[in-house]
Amino acid sequence: MSKAPAAKKRSRSGSTKKTKSSESDLFAFADAGVNQKMTVEEKLSCFTEMVRIRKFEQAALQAYQKGRMGGFLHLYIGQEATAIGTISVTGENDHIITAYRDHGHALAVGMNMNECMAELYGKYTGCSKGKGGSMHFFAPDKRFWGGHGIVGGQTPLGLGLAYALKYKGIEGCCLCYLGDGAVNQGPFHESLNIAGLWDVPIIYVIENNGYSMGTSQKRSSAHPDEGLAARAEGYKIDWDRINGSNLYEVRAKTAAAVARAHKESRPTVLEVMTYRYYGHSIADANHHRYRTKEEIRHYQETKDPINVWKNILIEEGHLTEEKAKEIDAEAKAEAKESIRFAEESPFPPAFELLTDVYHSVDNPGTHTNEGKIFFNDRLPFETR
Amino acid sequence: MAIITYRQAIKDALAEELERDENVFIMGEEVAEYNGAYKVTEGLWKRFGDKRVVDAPISEAGFIGLGIGASLLGLRPVIEMMFFSFVYVAWDQAVNNASSMRYMSGGLMNCPLVIRGPANGGTNVGATHSHTPENLIANFPGLKVVVPATPADAKGLMKSAIRDNDPVYVMESTVLYGNEGEVPDEEEFLVPIGKADVKREGSDLSIIAHGRSVLESLKAAEKLKKDYNIDVEVVDLRSIRPLDEETIIKSVKKTNRALLVEENKPFCGVDAQVSHLIQRRAFDYLDGPIHRLSAVDAPAIYSPPIEKIQLPDADVITREVLEMLQVKA
Ligand SMILES: Cc1ncc(C[n+]2csc(CCOP(=O)(O)OP(=O)(O)O)c2C)c(N)n1
Ligand SMILES: [Mg+2]
Repeated sequence: MSKAPAAKKRSRSGSTKKTKSSESDLFAFADAGVNQKMTVEEKLSCFTEMVRIRKFEQAALQAYQKGRMGGFLHLYIGQEATAIGTISVTGENDHIITAYRDHGHALAVGMNMNECMAELYGKYTGCSKGKGGSMHFFAPDKRFWGGHGIVGGQTPLGLGLAYALKYKGIEGCCLCYLGDGAVNQGPFHESLNIAGLWDVPIIYVIENNGYSMGTSQKRSSAHPDEGLAARAEGYKIDWDRINGSNLYEVRAKTAAAVARAHKESRPTVLEVMTYRYYGHSIADANHHRYRTKEEIRHYQETKDPINVWKNILIEEGHLTEEKAKEIDAEAKAEAKESIRFAEESPFPPAFELLTDVYHSVDNPGTHTNEGKIFFNDRLPFETR
Repeated sequence: MAIITYRQAIKDALAEELERDENVFIMGEEVAEYNGAYKVTEGLWKRFGDKRVVDAPISEAGFIGLGIGASLLGLRPVIEMMFFSFVYVAWDQAVNNASSMRYMSGGLMNCPLVIRGPANGGTNVGATHSHTPENLIANFPGLKVVVPATPADAKGLMKSAIRDNDPVYVMESTVLYGNEGEVPDEEEFLVPIGKADVKREGSDLSIIAHGRSVLESLKAAEKLKKDYNIDVEVVDLRSIRPLDEETIIKSVKKTNRALLVEENKPFCGVDAQVSHLIQRRAFDYLDGPIHRLSAVDAPAIYSPPIEKIQLPDADVITREVLEMLQVKA
């Protein structure tokens, strides 16, 4: 593999922030190339997609509270502009991988609500036949490689996806998402070093929602004043910090990272400042103990990514309150329909326990294979 | 005797040992301010403060390794795994370093470390979160593994583990935390590591189990007695390594039949070792082959009703016993 020339400019976060802030100026990043090029349809589609995520999550929450699904439910509500903003600037050779808070990314890559909701229900019609559950959505056909439950576990996998692209000579990259708590897993640091050392076209997107479970970022991470992404300096990797409430800013800065990956085969670390409105998972009923209601309300009222984008589009004359309500209602109906679909779908038959474990078992005759591979003295169900 | 939950029993053990020995400290994710993901350490931070109950970042390899290092200087770290499934990201520290400190130093170093937390399936959290690594960890000479099934055993074993001079892995279960049971009140209530417990006496067949499977076996035993007048003995291993060979052998010699039950996967599971032991030491006493029930040999499935099928429960155990004794259901 030939080495791409190393990027010259390193960090730029500090300076960007001083000159441009979408916190005070909603349109600070509207003139970025990738945003200027946006058609009205694309702008509205980003709005619709964010609303769809929220409605999906709200429907899932209700079903979870009614006991219709098991395990954990980690909602993406509050963080929608991260998945939609970043994924909306990717192309056909760009790949996505994330952690267990994966419903937003799944919908953003184009998975449909039905297969996602059915997966939450553990139904056969789910994207993973009910085998993976909430934390483990996958859609390789949409270049979406999961949905990973072990904190930080996806970070070397993303590195590998990006490595494979470079190996194959494909001009693409991998967007690998992780939380503000996950940055303290060893594999992430090992991955950063390899990415920086070997010019791997990976973009790590740290979704900093302020908390890892009940631990605030302050209590979990030592880092430079500029934030978590600034740790990338130590690996000579470009980094930036993003206001996750503003879709324009998310898109502009992600597009810069994607271009760097495509053109220079260089990695980037992005830190998106965002917020989750619900507990870590729905089982985290005590999340008001580690943060105040006022803090949550502050985000909802002033930084909600959907509202911010709505205001931008209204100001630009592309959207009205009426139209926004229509989009909202449509997304809600779609989510409701996905609940019906999931409710009416069957559970997987028990024999599926033993499928998808080995390719050679599922595809007899395609491998040279002998010997016993499963060790059940007796199965508590009929085999196929 | 007080009736308390399994969770409370562990909490009491931790509190008593924190009180008793200032070298004991607790470290893990969310163990302090949040009171523990499963509330096992609830109130301990408030009572013992920042130094003794420590919230760690999500860096298992870092803080397990820290625990090993600190133990060399005589501290007695009790490291919480939010789930035992997360020990895998710290595998080198947990099994490689922890198991070899004493040996490689020719006995110069002690490693009095406890790693504790839930290790169970059955809660629909999928393949990555449902591991039961007691067999894997017991595979390492130098490490000890205990799997308490009742509140009393949880308390007594936890206290013994903390006082032990070698690394001890205490594998709990989120499914058991809410169970109630009698626990002796005395401060010095210890359950020795390496001692199995006959949880139910019987003469017709021995069920040998550990963890939640003990409770499912006891349920099956009740049903077998009531509906079929079959007297099953239930041996709770409690400790995987060291393993109480004598109690197992004695039971099998008495009943002449053995059914081994675990939620672990079958291949190289704990019961593979137990089965070997029985045929080696009680072959002539067996009236039939040893039977095993374990989790269906596949990664843990999410789908809630199917995961239920994946793990052996009282019904499956009952059926197996009836078949072994050739009694019609
Ligand atoms: C290795 C490992 N340790 C612990 C956990 C338990 N756990 C799941 S999510 C989580 C917090 C992660 O927080 P963060 O990375 O900020 O992501 P967020 O949940 O905020 O999206 C923890 C401790 C895990 N899944 N894997
Ligand atoms: Mg977080």
